Amino acid sequence: MNLHEFQSKDLFKSYEIDVPKGIPVSNIKDAIKVYNELGSKKIVVKAQVHAGGRGKAGGVKIVDNLNDLEHEVKGMLGRHLVTHQTDSHGQPINQVLLELPSEIKKEYYLSILIDRATQKIKVVASSEGGMDIEAVADETPEKIIQIDVDPTLGLQPYQSRQLGFKIGLQLHHMRQFVSILDKLYRLFCDKDLSLLEINPLIVNQDDQLVCLDAKINIDDNALYRQKDLAKLRDLSQEDARESQAMQWDLNYVHLDGNIGCMVNGAGLAMATMDIIKVCGGNPANFLDVGGGATEERVTEGFKIILSDKNVKGIFVNIFGGIVKCNLIADGIIKACEQCKLDIPVVVRLVGNNAELGSEILNKSGLNLTAVKDLSQASQTIVDKVGASL
Amino acid sequence: MSILVNKNTKIICQGMTGAQGTLHSQQILDYGSQLVGGITPGKGGQEHLGVPIFNTVQEAVDKTGATVSVIFVPAPFCKDSIGEAIDAKLELIICITEGIPVLDMIPIKQRLKETGTLMIGPNCPGIITPEECKIGIMPGSIHKKGSIGIVSRSGTLTYEAVHQTTALGLGQSTCVGIGGDPIPGMSFIDVLKRLESDPETEGIIVVGEIGGNAEEQAAEYIKHHVTKPVVAYIAGVTAPAGKRMGHAGAIISGGEGTADGKYKAFEDAGVTTVKNPSQIGEAIYKILR
Repeated sequence: MNLHEFQSKDLFKSYEIDVPKGIPVSNIKDAIKVYNELGSKKIVVKAQVHAGGRGKAGGVKIVDNLNDLEHEVKGMLGRHLVTHQTDSHGQPINQVLLELPSEIKKEYYLSILIDRATQKIKVVASSEGGMDIEAVADETPEKIIQIDVDPTLGLQPYQSRQLGFKIGLQLHHMRQFVSILDKLYRLFCDKDLSLLEINPLIVNQDDQLVCLDAKINIDDNALYRQKDLAKLRDLSQEDARESQAMQWDLNYVHLDGNIGCMVNGAGLAMATMDIIKVCGGNPANFLDVGGGATEERVTEGFKIILSDKNVKGIFVNIFGGIVKCNLIADGIIKACEQCKLDIPVVVRLVGNNAELGSEILNKSGLNLTAVKDLSQASQTIVDKVGASL
Repeated sequence: MSILVNKNTKIICQGMTGAQGTLHSQQILDYGSQLVGGITPGKGGQEHLGVPIFNTVQEAVDKTGATVSVIFVPAPFCKDSIGEAIDAKLELIICITEGIPVLDMIPIKQRLKETGTLMIGPNCPGIITPEECKIGIMPGSIHKKGSIGIVSRSGTLTYEAVHQTTALGLGQSTCVGIGGDPIPGMSFIDVLKRLESDPETEGIIVVGEIGGNAEEQAAEYIKHHVTKPVVAYIAGVTAPAGKRMGHAGAIISGGEGTADGKYKAFEDAGVTTVKNPSQIGEAIYKILR
């Protein structure tokens, strides 16, 4: 789960980590009020969306009078921001952060993340702040400094100093840098974060280190014990179908094709998308209905798939392990009837009672075709959808 | 021979009396595996599915001589349960549970390394040596004793490879599902090492997926240390970047962890790769026959 910049900065503040003074607003009236409260002519207006690359996409503006403020805030609120990290529709801007401007004397990059290769928490710092860090890593990898945190010891000050020296931090900033990293590391562990990124960390007009931007991802698996953070979820920034699927404990990811897929198991669900492609078709989604594949879950799965108007056919691929295939077939038929399915559905069942399950499907009188072989089943749905276009 | 588990392996189950624990323990018993005890704190002295229940893992180990524990405990309690299993000096832990926070797994991983305890999972189907010992949630009926070792990050996709090798008459020596989490216990390499030295294994199937670099590391290992034929399949060629595909670990981030990159790593290592998931069994069959 992602947080907005202003939410991340609120968390920073609660750990006494310095950020510029700022207040989020969601309408023009509040924007004017906050502008007057902040008491500075010059104000930074930052679109609050779950995507990076806002600056280049026009999502960050500096204004120095009330008229310009109104113009920029009106221009942002209610629009979609398209950045290099979003799809072509972009992300809706429902809130903007109004922030006091900072003079930037120097920019650094700082992040804490889970490193899958070392299986430890990693701290990354760079002298090249304010840039696209992946580009820095590609072009000048020597400017990316990384340290692994020992799980038993935790992050130690010497490690923060090592980072500080290597990124060319001025000596009189070292104490503050070590303190910031100490607090960030505590925040990372306390709140079950999977990524915390500050780009840039700046030296401002008062010669202080300040976090000018803040990005936080939270480990979804830990939300059960991070209830306060879970409440900060902004569904407007997420795919509506993915959120709907989540309510039913289904995993759905939208794709651009026209063949809907419903599969049990994440790996097999990906493999099913892949084999549709191999057969010359295009998958419309990833959907893992889980081990049960009960009538209720299959029905909800169909509903989510059908809410995508591009879908011209559905491929159901179920490996019936523990649950018997004839029961799964009964569920699929009831789900088809409930959803009044009128597009072709090809079902491939494997496992206990697979033959019986296939027979039930083929005799249902619905637009259902049971095919035993994975390749053939995939080819069948690709051909049926191709013929309907 | 087989790897890690066989017909003499004595197993205990943590979380046996819960719904999932009960369902799958019954199947494990039905398969003929030696499940000799369960652990549920407070229920010590009772019996469940005809098996004695103990209050602590240590007590269960002392009384039964078990060397392997399978865990069905809910995710919030798994750090505790795995820690308890490590401290009781079990040789192998199999954690089926999905949804364990990553920050719980980091210190667990460290403990596993320090103690040398082996763990399969979490978020995995488990391990099976067909017709000898099944520890996990895989359907036992699709397996057949044979010559193919299978190691995979996915559950149902492993069953797919099993199903195909059974249909072709090859059968399996041992199948290990290492799980779909970003920080797993045993890696591909840990399993490959054992399959390479297992006399019953004639060929190996590796089933990977997008995310992380475990497949790249496996490819590098195979290049230098595996002499048996290997077939690799990677799920997620059509998966978009930045999206989590069901498994917590199945995500392409920062251009890393793509299926194409993993295929290339295997091809560079001389491994036979398959792009069509229905041809995994056929590919290994062709090499061996």
